[in-house]
Amino acid sequence: MPGLVTLKTPVAALGREVLVFIRDLGRVFLFFARGFLLIFQPPFQFDKIRQQIFFIGMKSVFVICLTAAFTGMVLGLQGYYALVKYGSTAALGSAVALSLVREMGPVLTAIMVIARAGSAMAAEIGIMRISEQIDALKTMDINPLRYLISPRIAAALVCFPLLTAIFDVVGLFGGYLSGSALLGVNPAFYFSRAQSSVETSDIIGGFIKAIVFAVVMVTICCYQGYYTHTRAEFGAKGVSISTTSAVVISCVLVLVTDYVLTTFLL
Amino acid sequence: MSEPPLIQLQDVVKTLGVNRVLDGVNLSIHRGEITAIIGKSGSGKSVLLKHIIGLLEPDGGAILFDGRRRSSLNPQEKKALRQKFSYVFQDTALFDFLTVLENVALPLTERKDAVRTEIQRRVRDKLNQLDLHDVDHKYPSQLSGGMKKRVALARALVTEPEIVLFDEPTTGLDPIRKNAVHSMISDYQRRFGFTGVVVSHEIPDIFFIAQRVAMIDAGRIRFEGAPDEIQRASDREVRNFIEGLESPRDEMTGIASQAIGQQQLRQEMSRLQRHRVPFSVALMSMDQREAVDRIAGHVASQTVFKLFADHVIQNSYLTDTCFRYAINKIMVVLPDTDEEQGRNFCRKISRTLRQRALFDALDAEREACYSVSAGVVQARPDSGLEDLIAAAEKGQTILYESRK
Repeated sequence: MPGLVTLKTPVAALGREVLVFIRDLGRVFLFFARGFLLIFQPPFQFDKIRQQIFFIGMKSVFVICLTAAFTGMVLGLQGYYALVKYGSTAALGSAVALSLVREMGPVLTAIMVIARAGSAMAAEIGIMRISEQIDALKTMDINPLRYLISPRIAAALVCFPLLTAIFDVVGLFGGYLSGSALLGVNPAFYFSRAQSSVETSDIIGGFIKAIVFAVVMVTICCYQGYYTHTRAEFGAKGVSISTTSAVVISCVLVLVTDYVLTTFLL
Repeated sequence: MSEPPLIQLQDVVKTLGVNRVLDGVNLSIHRGEITAIIGKSGSGKSVLLKHIIGLLEPDGGAILFDGRRRSSLNPQEKKALRQKFSYVFQDTALFDFLTVLENVALPLTERKDAVRTEIQRRVRDKLNQLDLHDVDHKYPSQLSGGMKKRVALARALVTEPEIVLFDEPTTGLDPIRKNAVHSMISDYQRRFGFTGVVVSHEIPDIFFIAQRVAMIDAGRIRFEGAPDEIQRASDREVRNFIEGLESPRDEMTGIASQAIGQQQLRQEMSRLQRHRVPFSVALMSMDQREAVDRIAGHVASQTVFKLFADHVIQNSYLTDTCFRYAINKIMVVLPDTDEEQGRNFCRKISRTLRQRALFDALDAEREACYSVSAGVVQARPDSGLEDLIAAAEKGQTILYESRK
C-alpha cells in the first residue's frame, strides 16, 4: 500500500525528530548533573574555580555596569514619560526598581555574560576537543568533565547572582540619573519609593532567576563546545557553529525560562 | 610456554562514518616488548592505537588485557588499567592554555601522588633528557613543531607508565632528534621494561628498536613478526611498502642502510665462495651509551654517535661498506682484507679517536663513562653470515674509553 507508506513517512520523520530531541535533552541534563556533582568530589579544585570566577565574573563587571547604567537610564526616561501623563512621576522609583530587580537585572545580565563568557567557553572547549586535548586528558586518567566543566559550573553559579546584584544597583542609579538629575523627579521620592516597593521576595525571585540562567548558560555553552566533534562540520567550522549555537540557544532558553519562572514566581 | 599477551585484539571491527577502518584486526602485544605498527597513511594505525587505550570502542570483536575484556573490569580495575597507560598523540595535543612546565607536570599534579618539589624535579629531568632547555614558561604555541613533539613525549613519559602508545613520535623531527627519540624509547624499555606500541613511518630505523612489527593494510594485519622476518618477507605488498620507504642511506650518519649492507655482505660471501677472495667484517659498537643518555641527554649521545660514524667513514676505503647494524652499532664490510689488516683498520680508528680527542668536550664537562669497541673477523667460506656476525659480536676489544 504505497499510499499508506507516504502517509506514514512524515509522521515517522516527526517521531524520529522528537526522539532525537528527547535524547539530546537527556544528554544535556546528564552532562550538567555529572559536572555539578563532580564539583563536590575531593580534592576540590579551588584554584580552577577561582580562575573561572575571575573570567566569568570579574571580567564581566565593566560590561555589566555599562549595560546596567544605560538600561536604568532608559527605564527612567520611559517611565517618566509614561507616568507624567498620570501625574504620578513620584512612582518612578518603584517602576525602575521593580522592573530591574524582577526582570531586567537577571535577564540582561545573563545575556551579556552569555555574549562575553559563554561564547568564549564554547569556543575554548570546542578547540580543546578538535585538537584532541580532551582525549589527552582521558589518556592521563583525568576526568575532562571534572577538570573542565565542573569549575565553570561552580563559577557561573557564584557569579550570576553577584553580577545580577551589581546590575540592579547600577541600574537603579542609572534611573536616578535620567529621572531625577535630568528630568527633575525628587530624588528622595525616587529612592524611598524604590526601597518601599521592592520586597525580599522580589529580590529572592531575581536571584532564583539568576541561578537558573547560570545553569542554562554554562550547560548549553559547555555542552556545545564539548560535543563539537559530533557535528557534521569539522575543525574550525565546527567550532564556529558550536559557538554560534551556544550563544543563540542559551539566549533563547534564557528568555523562555524567564517566562516560565515568572509565571511561577508572581 | 610463552606467557599470554598483555594486550590482545580479537577481530576488532570499527566503522567511522562510511569507512570500515578496521576490518577484523587480530594482534597480540607482549609484555616488555616494543611493537611497531607500520602501514600506509590512512590504513587505520591511529584508530587502532585509540582502541587500545579506550578512546574508541570497537563495533565488533574484543580487546583483552591480561586475558580479560575491558568491559568485565570493575571501576577500580579500570582506573588502575588507565593509569598504566600513556599516549603520545600524533598532533601532540598539548594543552594550549598551560605552559610547557605545567603541561608536563599535569599528569602528576592531578594524580596527587607526588609532592611539589618531587614533581618539579621529575619534570625538569624529563625536559632535560629531551633537550628542552629554557622553554619552561613558554606556551605550546610559541614552540616549533619538533619541540612540541618532544614536550608531548616528556608529558607521556613523566608518569613512568607501564604501557606507552606512541602515535608517530618522530614525524617532523630532524635525524639526530629522531634517533634520540628512538634511543630513548629503547633505553626506557631496557630500564623500566615497559611495553611500547609505536606507530611509525621510520623504516628501517624503527626495526632497530622494535621486537615485533605489525603491518596493517586495508583494516587488517597483513604481517606480524620480528623485524628481520618482515625484512625477509615474501609478501609482495609488504615488500613494496618497506622498500618504498627504505632509503639507501642512514639518515643521521650518512652511512649505508642495513638493506644495502646486508646485500654487500651476501655479495662478498659469494665472491669468497666462488673466487676465494677474502673479506673481513668489523663490528663497532658504542657501549654504555645509556650513561651518556642519562647524564648528557639523548641528543648529545646521538651527536657523539654521528661523530663516531664520521670517523669510521674517514678511515675506511672507498671499497669498504659501512652500514648501520643496530641502534648503537656500525658494521664495516672490508673486501680483500684478512683479519690482521682488519685489526690494523681498527687500530687506525682507535688512534684517530684518541688523537682528535673526539669526545673531549663531553668528557671534560661531565663524568660520562662509555667506550667504543670493535670485533674483527675474517669470513670463512664454509661458515654462514650469521656465524660470522656472531663471532664479530663475541670478539669485541675496546678501541676507546672515555676518561673517568
